[in-house]
Amino acid sequence: MKTRTLTAALLATVLSVPGLAAAADYVIDTKGSHAFIQFRIPHLGYSMLLGRFNEFEGTFNYDEDRPGESSVEVVIQTASIDSNHAERDKHLRGEDFLEVDKYPEARFVSTGFSENDDGTATLEGELTLHGVTRPITIEVEHMGHGPDPWGGYRRGFTGTTTLKLADFNIDYDLGPASREVELFLSVEGIRQE
Amino acid sequence: MLRNTSTGYGWISILLHWLVAFVIIGLFALGLWMTDLTYYDPWYREAPAIHKSVGILLFLAILLRLAWRWSNPRPVPLSNHKPWEQRLAHWTHVMLYALPLLVMVSGYLISTAEGRPVEVFDWFSVPATFSGYEQQEDIAGEIHEILAFILIGLASVHALAALKHHFIDRDRTLRRMLRSRTD
Repeated sequence: MKTRTLTAALLATVLSVPGLAAAADYVIDTKGSHAFIQFRIPHLGYSMLLGRFNEFEGTFNYDEDRPGESSVEVVIQTASIDSNHAERDKHLRGEDFLEVDKYPEARFVSTGFSENDDGTATLEGELTLHGVTRPITIEVEHMGHGPDPWGGYRRGFTGTTTLKLADFNIDYDLGPASREVELFLSVEGIRQE
Repeated sequence: MLRNTSTGYGWISILLHWLVAFVIIGLFALGLWMTDLTYYDPWYREAPAIHKSVGILLFLAILLRLAWRWSNPRPVPLSNHKPWEQRLAHWTHVMLYALPLLVMVSGYLISTAEGRPVEVFDWFSVPATFSGYEQQEDIAGEIHEILAFILIGLASVHALAALKHHFIDRDRTLRRMLRSRTD
C-alpha cells in the first residue's frame, strides 16, 4: 500500500515537470533510409513522372506537450536527384533546372507548426531551392511513434506540398500541365537520448 | 587496289578514313545542336537517338579501321617529310584513333549510367556494362564534351597540315588519301 502511494507520488512529480518526458530531439533516419523525399510532376499532362532525392539529412524537435514549438530542418543534396533515367537526371541537374554546381544544397527550415485534433498538422517553413528562399506550407500527418525493436524510440511523419517551379526560378518549358511539382515526404526520426 | 601498299593507301582505307571523318564532324555538330533543343522541339527525342545509334556504329567502323590498318602494309611517310613532321604526324594519328574511341566510350557511359542499354536504331541494343557509379552520367558527360572538342581541334590541325602539304609543299600527302594508286 505504502509502496504504491510512493510510486504514484513519484509518477505525479515526474509527469508534472514540464517537458521532461516529452520534448526531444530526433535525427531523421536517412542512414537506415527510413526517410524519403519524393517528387511527382505530370508528363505532358498524360501521366505522372516520379523521382526522389537520395541524399539529405535533417533533425527535428517534437514536444508532445507543446507540439506548436516543434521545429525541423532538412538539407538536401540536389545532385542526388534520381528519376530512374540517367540522361534525364543529367538534364535535371544542369542549367535548365536545378543547376546543382551553383546550388548544391536545398534547405528547409521550419517557422511554425500547428497540430489539429485528427493527427494532421500544418508545417510552415522556408524552402531554399535553386538559390531562391520562399515560405512554403506542408500538410503533415503524424503517423506514429514508439519504441523500436532495437532499444530506440522513433517518431514519424508524412507530408505533402506543391511547389510552382517558376517560384524557384525554374522556367524551362515542360508544358502547361507541368508547371507544379508535388512533393511527398516521409520522415522517421530516432530520438536522441 | 583495295589493300594498302608501302607507298599508298588502298580504297578500303581511303573510304574508311573519309567515312569516319565525316561521321565524326556530323556527330559533333549534331551533339552541339541537340543539347540545346527544348522540350517541345520535334527533334528533342529523335536527335539524341540518332546521335547514339550512329555513335555505336562509328565505334564499330573505327575498330574495323584499326583491324584493317594492322593487317595491311603501312604506307611509309613521303621522303620529303622531315623526321619531326613524321613523329608529329604519327602521334597525331594515334590520338585521332584514341580520342574518338574515348569520346564514344564516355558517351556510352552517359546513356548506360543507370543500367539502361543503348538502342541502335531499331536494329539492336548494346547493354550497360559499367553503371551505377555516383553521378556517372555527369562525369561521363563532362569528359564526353571536353574530349569531343579536343578531337575536333586536333582533326582541324590534321586537316590544315594536309592542306599545307598540298598547297605549300606541293607533295602527295593529301592526294594519297584521295585516290588509290598503284605506283
